[in-house]
Amino acid sequence: MATQHSRSAARVMMAPAVILLLGWMLIPLTMTLYFSFKKYLPLRGGDLGWVGFDNYVRFVSSSAFWPSIQTTLIIVGGVLAITVSLGVLLAILLNQPMWGQGIVRILVIAPFFVMPTVSALVWKNMFMDPNYGLLAHLWKFFGATPVEWLSQASLPSIVMIVSWQWLPFATLILLTAIQSLDSEQLEAAEMDGAPPIKRFGFIVLPHLGRAITVVILIQTIFLLAIFAEIFVTTGGAFGTKTLSYLIFQRVLESQNIGLGSAGGVYAIILANIVAIFLMRIVGKNLDA
Amino acid sequence: MARAVTQQRKIINTAAAWGIGLLIFFPILWTILTSFKTEAQAIADPPIFLGFDWTLENYSVVMERSNYARFLWNSIIIAGGSTVLGIIIAVPAAWSMAFVPSKRTKDILMWMLSTKMLPAVGVLYPIYLLFIQLGLLDTKLGLVIVLMLINLPIIVWMLYTYFKEIPGEILEAARMDGATLKDEVLYVLTPMAIPGIASTLLLNVILAWNEAFWTLNLTAAKAAPLTAFIASYSSPEGLFYAKLSAASTMAIAPILILGWFSQKQLVSGLTFGAVK
Repeated sequence: MATQHSRSAARVMMAPAVILLLGWMLIPLTMTLYFSFKKYLPLRGGDLGWVGFDNYVRFVSSSAFWPSIQTTLIIVGGVLAITVSLGVLLAILLNQPMWGQGIVRILVIAPFFVMPTVSALVWKNMFMDPNYGLLAHLWKFFGATPVEWLSQASLPSIVMIVSWQWLPFATLILLTAIQSLDSEQLEAAEMDGAPPIKRFGFIVLPHLGRAITVVILIQTIFLLAIFAEIFVTTGGAFGTKTLSYLIFQRVLESQNIGLGSAGGVYAIILANIVAIFLMRIVGKNLDA
Repeated sequence: MARAVTQQRKIINTAAAWGIGLLIFFPILWTILTSFKTEAQAIADPPIFLGFDWTLENYSVVMERSNYARFLWNSIIIAGGSTVLGIIIAVPAAWSMAFVPSKRTKDILMWMLSTKMLPAVGVLYPIYLLFIQLGLLDTKLGLVIVLMLINLPIIVWMLYTYFKEIPGEILEAARMDGATLKDEVLYVLTPMAIPGIASTLLLNVILAWNEAFWTLNLTAAKAAPLTAFIASYSSPEGLFYAKLSAASTMAIAPILILGWFSQKQLVSGLTFGAVK
């Protein structure tokens, strides 16, 4: 069907996008790899020569490395657990017949459109401030001592802020998936006397399986890279330094480019492991 | 039989959903309300919910003192520019992949998606260095380019998904009637593709508007958009809740409104068509 002429035209039309993305991927990646094998301190002597795998070894053996991995896992795991479980429940609720469904949907997805610096600052000051924050007022109202959220409970606080931002995404995608569920199947199960828990466990949850996987994978990729939420709340203090944030500090704050680049390579490998699984699912869908 | 039960259930559903919806929306509502308070009322103990003297003073203070208009302008140029540029580059690519698919089309699409997975922090220094060398640091052009490249995979994917839904027979019919490739694109394809292009535009403006890694790390005084402007409030002096709220409200209001229009596209756009 497609002629030789249209084939070559197609190649020309694809070229700009492909070349740009190829450059965007290969040039910085090659540079990061290059720097990761060098002792490179722009402010303290510049390029101090090749050091082999020294940076890779030093990055993982520094005292900040394992805590940063732990922090990353807690944030990613915590946010995933909260957003997926609440997202499933909310999606089921929003799928029920009710009045004003459209408006509720709008209210629920709104946080997704709030820029990260705004949500971090609003939560930090107007909710989590130990003197004037709304949560402090609430605690005082019940006779409790207000919590200094971002220093005493820094990780749960950040998990909460980020969950608030991502719950809408999970809910919206799961709601879309749930809407494609055949309602006759549920009605038949109800007729046969299956209690709600069983209907949920044997019909709804399996149907949502794929959507849940997609939510987990996409969120993981974004959550591994969260930056602004930490940058404006704790600046990496109080045990909130994630792997990404640690690399950021090595590169821009202490200007140890070699070390930071080695960390960057680790982050790229980590993200790619997650990406492979996501790509498989997306790829399967492309065939269908 | 089921009527009464459903009616009752509907009431419970409605109450529960509205309760949760308002709870989730509350931080935004509280920010908007606080932006109309005086600084003293903003930190009043107990907090005042509605019974305060509404004032627009914070908005005028924020606009005057912080050159808000410049940050807003930077945001508009960066988000709008990167999206439009991305669409100009992506339309031909998505068009050819949708209508002249080859064996490698799928691989190219998957590869484009994989570039989106590259963690920004892994290439922070190279980009920073290149920006210094090319004189792009703290320029709007630099950010337009970077955000265009970040969102290009999503733009190509979204357009590809929309274009695939256009029946190929129409194009063949046009070809039979002697339409050239240019005619095909201009007079047949474009009108049919406009809704898809519009929703791609919308979603990507939102993503670019809220991007907060490159905009924070590659700008200083000149090209900083609203994300960076808001971040500058993170170490404030004196009373500032009402002003922070006013600045935040202005930064999120336009995108909140656009976002509400783009709910549908959001799902297929952000899951690369894996959930529809």
